[in-house]
Amino acid sequence: MGETILEMKDIDKSFPGVHALDHVSLEVKRGEVHALMGENGAGKSTLMKVLTGIYKKDEGTITYKGREVEFHNTREAQDNGVVIVHQELNMVGDLTVAQNIFIGREPRKGFRIDDKKMIVDSRALFDRLHIDIDPTEKMSELTVGKQQMCEIAKAISHNAELIIFDEPSAALTEKEIEDLFTIIRDLRSQNLGIIYISHRMDEIKVITDRVTVMRDGGYVGTLVTEECTKEDIINMMVGRVIYEKPKEKSLVPADAPVVLKVEHLNAGKMVHDVSFELRKGEILGFSGLMGAGRTETARAIFGADPKQSGDIYINGEKVEINSPEDAVKHGIGYLSEDRRRFGIVVGKSITENSTMAALSEYMSGLFINKNKEKQVSEKYIKELDTKTPSTDQLVVNLSGGNQQKVVIAKWLVRNSDILIFDEPTRGIDVGAKNEIYKLMNRLAAEGKSIIMISSEMTEILRMSDRIIVMCEGRKTGEINIEEATQELIMDKATRQMEA
Amino acid sequence: MKKKKSLGLMADQKFIVLIIVVILYVVFSFISKDFRKYSTLVMMLDSTYYILLLAMGVTFPLITGGVDLSIGTGMICYGLTGGYLVVQKGYPTWVGLVVAVLFGLLIGILNGILIAVMDLPPFLGTLCTCMMTRGLGSICANSFAIPWPGAKAEGGWFHNIFKLTVGAGRKAMNYPVGVIVLAVIVIIMSFVLNHTRVGRYTIAIGSNKEATRLSGVNVKAYHITAYAISGLFAGLASLAYAAAIPTIQPGTGAGIELDAIGGAIVGGVSPTGGAGSIVGTMLGVFVIQLLKTGLPYIGLEANWQQIVTGLVLIGAVMIDVIKQRREALEG
Repeated sequence: MGETILEMKDIDKSFPGVHALDHVSLEVKRGEVHALMGENGAGKSTLMKVLTGIYKKDEGTITYKGREVEFHNTREAQDNGVVIVHQELNMVGDLTVAQNIFIGREPRKGFRIDDKKMIVDSRALFDRLHIDIDPTEKMSELTVGKQQMCEIAKAISHNAELIIFDEPSAALTEKEIEDLFTIIRDLRSQNLGIIYISHRMDEIKVITDRVTVMRDGGYVGTLVTEECTKEDIINMMVGRVIYEKPKEKSLVPADAPVVLKVEHLNAGKMVHDVSFELRKGEILGFSGLMGAGRTETARAIFGADPKQSGDIYINGEKVEINSPEDAVKHGIGYLSEDRRRFGIVVGKSITENSTMAALSEYMSGLFINKNKEKQVSEKYIKELDTKTPSTDQLVVNLSGGNQQKVVIAKWLVRNSDILIFDEPTRGIDVGAKNEIYKLMNRLAAEGKSIIMISSEMTEILRMSDRIIVMCEGRKTGEINIEEATQELIMDKATRQMEA
Repeated sequence: MKKKKSLGLMADQKFIVLIIVVILYVVFSFISKDFRKYSTLVMMLDSTYYILLLAMGVTFPLITGGVDLSIGTGMICYGLTGGYLVVQKGYPTWVGLVVAVLFGLLIGILNGILIAVMDLPPFLGTLCTCMMTRGLGSICANSFAIPWPGAKAEGGWFHNIFKLTVGAGRKAMNYPVGVIVLAVIVIIMSFVLNHTRVGRYTIAIGSNKEATRLSGVNVKAYHITAYAISGLFAGLASLAYAAAIPTIQPGTGAGIELDAIGGAIVGGVSPTGGAGSIVGTMLGVFVIQLLKTGLPYIGLEANWQQIVTGLVLIGAVMIDVIKQRREALEG
């Protein structure tokens, strides 16, 4: 490790309703891979957005290469050698690899774009990284792994000195991850500073030199990776608040009736022959790795995406669900993993969102009864303890946890009996997380039946009465909570890959 | 918390537009003696009714995040068809009026199906029906230019909906009763937009169509309804047009939709959908009509009106863009 390249000190940032960063510090040296860890919503991305100029910090100082800086946009950060490799790929599929790498700064020859130089330069770049990609190929024809490599190449071509990897391995296969690590080690030996954001504990041990842990928008500490154990890091990440014991036994009475039965469901490329039952008052956890087909299964049941075959029974009766409208009529509510896109209408008020699924019950003749609407909105604000100054508040101004409560309110107003929670606490801070858990437990106790899709093992073990594990679009396991362990679930979640 | 900031701006925009309307009228009246004549006002109102009807209708597709380009040529097409039945085929006037309105509704529903069911981009889908109605109008009217019955002629009673003429000759007095008719329609449509499911879901579709669909709303039906309203109002506009313009010419009408759309945008309908109001649209149309009528009176060529309208539109759109940028930053 060399001299310090980046020092962020006492960074503070607030959004309406959320204290996103509470005096966070981070120091990165040249020739170091520095892990930035923390649960979803811990503030890692926000910190990086402050660094690269997407957000403006409220307080604190950023010292880069010995000089205090404040970048105003990503472009300015790039020009100074600070680049970010995003989790989601920012590539134009119809352009070639070389065109993508030089997009926005194409070399010119007179008035023409110098395609030849672009290709030659791309080749040189790939050689430096020991990557085997043809720069003339169309981006859309590459695998996700190779696209990721291109993204890295593009980052480096900006004469990067500090590279931020934001969960780069999330969509990669084992082999691709190894290739990625080779590149990262290579960059480290070239004396670059590297920030590596990931949830995967194993990777952290393999690739990083130091670890900074964040929790709940605050700075917890920095450790030398070699000197600490996984458990040390986990303890720092979760604190005491969330690391509660798993549920010990199912809370569902033995004679609880089956409310939803799905048989041999096939939908698109991601759902193959999925069958399961959900009982009244049960929280049924759906576990699995990213891309296991859990969300796709939920969307197919809800009628959001078409299904090829399979039967759905509600309270023993076979039903036809071809659209969300049908599903809602049969008492199913879906709470999407991507609230802003699929869950709420951010530009509208709490009231308007709350009655969205049940507006027909809030009519006086042809007109919407706004008083009645407001009353029910107020009722659920109170009942769910949603923090807001008024029912007219636009949902965009609420924090993640309170937005989720508005979505829950929407389905409670509709009186839905089967609720599908897809990653119920994604992007929600720790305190609010606990509230959502309590709420889900209460709903189950009141006789609602819940399907909970979650990628967080602690969440699955803490909440579920029974667990279904999926892998590559198939159901690979069904585990009662009494027998469930992290290892057993992981084993089933990766089963099919080995076969 | 920054409460109600965007709501405040919305109200502001309506208020700003209202002030612009007043200022324009006062300034033009001050400069031009002719402009402040009662007869000028009546004439200006006559040519505002049909634009206002078109604009109220198109406000719905605009709020869904779409557009309806077929309303200009459509209006001519419906007016020609209805008028043809009355003038050439001898049907009573009311038959022609009903046919014109239903024809508009039909094309509106067709637009809705093209966009909501067949997933055509609104610009393209309604551009197709724009071209089609242009041809269709000529065909339905057998390529005749159609003079609907005049105010005094038999069957010309429908003029009285918009302009009541009392007395004859030099003592004739015109009352712009259309103002009352339109005011009633504005109130009704404001109610539809703010207090009914059609309005609520029109706005929701424009704000977040997918979230609306996933709430179990029959998004397709409401999406079609928005275009049906636009078509229906193009049909109604054809009546006002027939009352204002002595003879409807086949092949005309293209471009009128832009005045209506422009008016709606000036009045605060978000060009990206999700927000807007009928009263705002009305005020926006007033601005456009005032510029169109008033500028020639103060000695500026009619062409200047186009340029000034363009500039006003840029200003209105910028307000929306800035608003969205601020929301994106806060969100």
